[in-house]
Amino acid sequence: MLDIFSKLFQKDTNSKDVAKERLRLVLIHDRANMSPELLQSLKEDLITVINKYLEVDQEALEVNLSNVDDSVALVANIPIVQVKRSL
Amino acid sequence: MGEVIVITSGKGGVGKTTTTANLGTGLAINGKKVVLIDADIGLRNLDLVMGLENRIVYDLVDVVEENCRLRQALIKDKRFDNLYLLPAAQTRDKDAVSPDQMKKLCVELKKDFDYILIDCPAGIEQGFKNAISGADWAVIVTTPEVSAVRDADRIIGLLEAAEIRNPKLVVNRIKLNLVAQKDMMNINDMIDILAIELLGVVPDDEKIVISTNRGEPAILDEISLSSKSYKNIVRRILGEDVPLMPMEAETTFFGKLKKLIGLGS
Ligand SMILES: Nc1ncnc2c1ncn2[C@@H]1O[C@H](COP(=O)(O)OP(=O)(O)OP(=O)(O)O)[C@@H](O)[C@H]1O
Ligand SMILES: [Mg+2]
Repeated sequence: MLDIFSKLFQKDTNSKDVAKERLRLVLIHDRANMSPELLQSLKEDLITVINKYLEVDQEALEVNLSNVDDSVALVANIPIVQVKRSL
Repeated sequence: MGEVIVITSGKGGVGKTTTTANLGTGLAINGKKVVLIDADIGLRNLDLVMGLENRIVYDLVDVVEENCRLRQALIKDKRFDNLYLLPAAQTRDKDAVSPDQMKKLCVELKKDFDYILIDCPAGIEQGFKNAISGADWAVIVTTPEVSAVRDADRIIGLLEAAEIRNPKLVVNRIKLNLVAQKDMMNINDMIDILAIELLGVVPDDEKIVISTNRGEPAILDEISLSSKSYKNIVRRILGEDVPLMPMEAETTFFGKLKKLIGLGS
């Protein structure tokens, strides 16, 4: 009983909310068939496109699906080495 | 013309066989002519849950291989004259039956029975493909756990790809105390995530263990918590609009208490 009460008043993350969030994210991957290989090839394509305009740090580039507030986003972190001079 | 319903889940051990036995018995209680097919070839279990294990002569594989006539393989239930079981073969592989053979069998059975319930094996391999091939629609069983829900989602996708539309969800083994303290996903959480229609909710119930020991589906035990759940699901399958039992716990302690008591009555 004590256990139930302590859980009741402890308002922060309940384990069911953790479960729900983790599921939401993993299902995005499952449904989109987003395998690590697929993300890798998306990453490579991104580099090719962006390289036309900017020189980016290919090693440090990160692309991931992640939870942002209440939705799931494709988040890319692309460090720029140099902006190309316009011709 | 009968209706073929496959009971499936993806993840093993979440309650497909138990659900098949109880819903089949419930439909028979309502006067429907029902046959249960155990499609879990090599891991026969539905016979045990129904208490019919001593009556098996022929099985599903014998029927499709034409070692016997369909009638000879159908085992009549102990309690209901309008309920039959077609057992799985125990010493054969999942690929002993093909999707086409399964379809043909279902077409045949639909002429004679109102409901054909197929107990699907776990997994997404050949056994699953066989089991769903003759189905008109599917019941997806899950427990409120991350891995079971994830697998259920995968199954929903595969059913869609196989053009078996409108799967309906049964959430099994819900633990009210855990839901109340927010340590178990509630029904809304799961409907939210899986985005399919809810057919019903079955609590985690010790009576299921006892009834399985005896080979008597829990739905027959009038006072068990799960019996009421199964009866409601049966009525929904029959097309009745049955409101959900107050399974979902409220946020207040007294709300929870009230609901727990209401549920027990
Ligand atoms: N609502 C419930 N409450 C308590 N126990 C349950 C409940 N539902 C199922 N069980 C128990 O869980 C176990 C697994 O159930 P069952 O055999 O029906 O699962 P299954 O999905 O058919 O498994 P498999 O994937 O191996 O075929 C059994 O011991 C059964 O008695
Ligand atoms: Mg089973």
